[in-house]
Amino acid sequence: MKHTPSLLNRLFHFYYDGFRNMPGWGRKVWVIIIIKLFIMFAILRIFFFQDFLYKNWPNDKERSEHVLDHLTNSSDKHDRQH
Amino acid sequence: MIDNIDLSLVDWSRAQFALTAVYHWLFVPLTLGLSFILAIMETIYVKTGKEEWRRITRFWMTLFGINFAIGIATGIILEFEFGTNWSNYSWFVGDIFGAPLAVEGILAFFLESTFVAVMFFGWNKVNKKFHLVSTWLVAIGASLSALWILVANAWMQHPVGMIFNPETARNEMVNFWAVLFNQIAVDKFLHTISSGFLLASMFVLGISAWYLIRKREEQMAKKSILIAGVFGLLSSLMVAYTGDESARTVSKVQPVKFASMEALYEGKNNAGLIAFGVLKNTDIKIGNQNVKKFALKIQIPGLLSVLTGGDRDSYVQGLSDHISGNEKLEIVPTGEKMLRGKYAMTVLESYKKARVINDTALIASIKKVFKDNEFQNGYFKYFGYASIDKPEDVIPNVTVSFYSFHLMVVLGFLFILIFSVALYLLFKGTISDNKWFLWIALLSIPLPYIAGELGWLLTEIGRQPWIIQDMMTVSKAVSQISTGSVITTFILFAVLFTTLLISEVSIMVKQIKTGPKH
Repeated sequence: MKHTPSLLNRLFHFYYDGFRNMPGWGRKVWVIIIIKLFIMFAILRIFFFQDFLYKNWPNDKERSEHVLDHLTNSSDKHDRQH
Repeated sequence: MIDNIDLSLVDWSRAQFALTAVYHWLFVPLTLGLSFILAIMETIYVKTGKEEWRRITRFWMTLFGINFAIGIATGIILEFEFGTNWSNYSWFVGDIFGAPLAVEGILAFFLESTFVAVMFFGWNKVNKKFHLVSTWLVAIGASLSALWILVANAWMQHPVGMIFNPETARNEMVNFWAVLFNQIAVDKFLHTISSGFLLASMFVLGISAWYLIRKREEQMAKKSILIAGVFGLLSSLMVAYTGDESARTVSKVQPVKFASMEALYEGKNNAGLIAFGVLKNTDIKIGNQNVKKFALKIQIPGLLSVLTGGDRDSYVQGLSDHISGNEKLEIVPTGEKMLRGKYAMTVLESYKKARVINDTALIASIKKVFKDNEFQNGYFKYFGYASIDKPEDVIPNVTVSFYSFHLMVVLGFLFILIFSVALYLLFKGTISDNKWFLWIALLSIPLPYIAGELGWLLTEIGRQPWIIQDMMTVSKAVSQISTGSVITTFILFAVLFTTLLISEVSIMVKQIKTGPKH
């Protein structure tokens, strides 16, 4: 009797074979993608790009109060020519 | 914490965002355009069954893959910056900005990433038609992703379909369709995707020209030039048409930007279109800027009036119409907008104070004011003007706006000419003999990139001092973080993106030199 592999099995082999038979340029760009994503999410996001409002104010009410304070504060209206 | 904003913080935050956006835009348009070129080439392969077209498609698909992979997720850094450097803005815009970006993320991830895998891994695994459908879906998915980003940007240029809620200090979307079909969004989407098509066509044309110069892969090169020539010519005509539409819309909804693009200080009837102009400073000052006048100009009389208003007698508004107002045209002077903005701010301050003392009756009555259309359209619409010191401060940098716009237009016409000549020489059968043209085509590859970046420069610099037109200034939007950390990340990004770009170019050049598989 002929055995038909399951959809999941076929999907797995589709990707597995695809990655295994990848040409040289494909391997190079995957290395670049992985390094790039590591720098972006494990270094930049964690150490340099924390969400300012979420980091400094514990809830939405306080965040909105901070933004309201900022919006209605006229001492920081420093717009000038560009 | 909010008492003092370091001016250099605003400048560095802007510089960092500009750097990230400029680099991001080096990758995006090639993905947008090349995906459609691949889909067209593969359609020919499926229709004709000729192996040559399969080989051609696979070669350009390799270059597409390199660009797609290197550029992937560079846009996410912009989202990091919104949360860190532009937190007040991000909060203020609420779901209007968040919703389109979320849709974009989901679409990009599921549609593009799923079918990109079929495109690259599926050549001998799935049937021809399914593969072709996948290629088309990648192309359509890429453009749909761009749509949502452009909708979000268009809202910043022309905020519509929302109401400000003082309780949350956020704008809330009340009309999704108004946001989606914002005239700026429609124009911007069509202009941007067609410019991506044009850029990719020039890329294919230029590289094919290189093969002809080297007398390699001549059949593939000529077939590629045919596709790039036809697609590029149609795209460059579409870019010209949508650019014209876009400028007309800007003249209506961002008239100060439009007047700056044309360096038009005094409004006039029968206004001429500047085909070529060199600006020079005068001794007269508006705010911190010297008024510019033309040291040299070639002008087509009446054409600007015709293009914006439909006839030579129509009046084109100048910068002074907006600074001082124009009663006849019912243009509100900037000073009056500043008063209305300040009134809106006073109401918001009252709300804030009422919340502190928990005066529920006052809170309820002020919330009612915020729901009133007259207050929203007559006062809160000008909320950002409360942060402006002098009326002249709403004028963007005229020199940058003028030159970026005009250089972009000149390049646009040059592209029409290049694609027309390519097709003419190809059909005449002499393209391989005209080395001068092949070199021009090769050296023109960077030009659409320059034109695209100039377009964004105009869009963003021309909108200054606003981050959201009339509602929020750039300096109100910025987070109060240390300037040092912004400078550090600026340098990190410059290094990261430059490395990525060098990697992309070197891998791509190697693949081009290797050529298609036989």
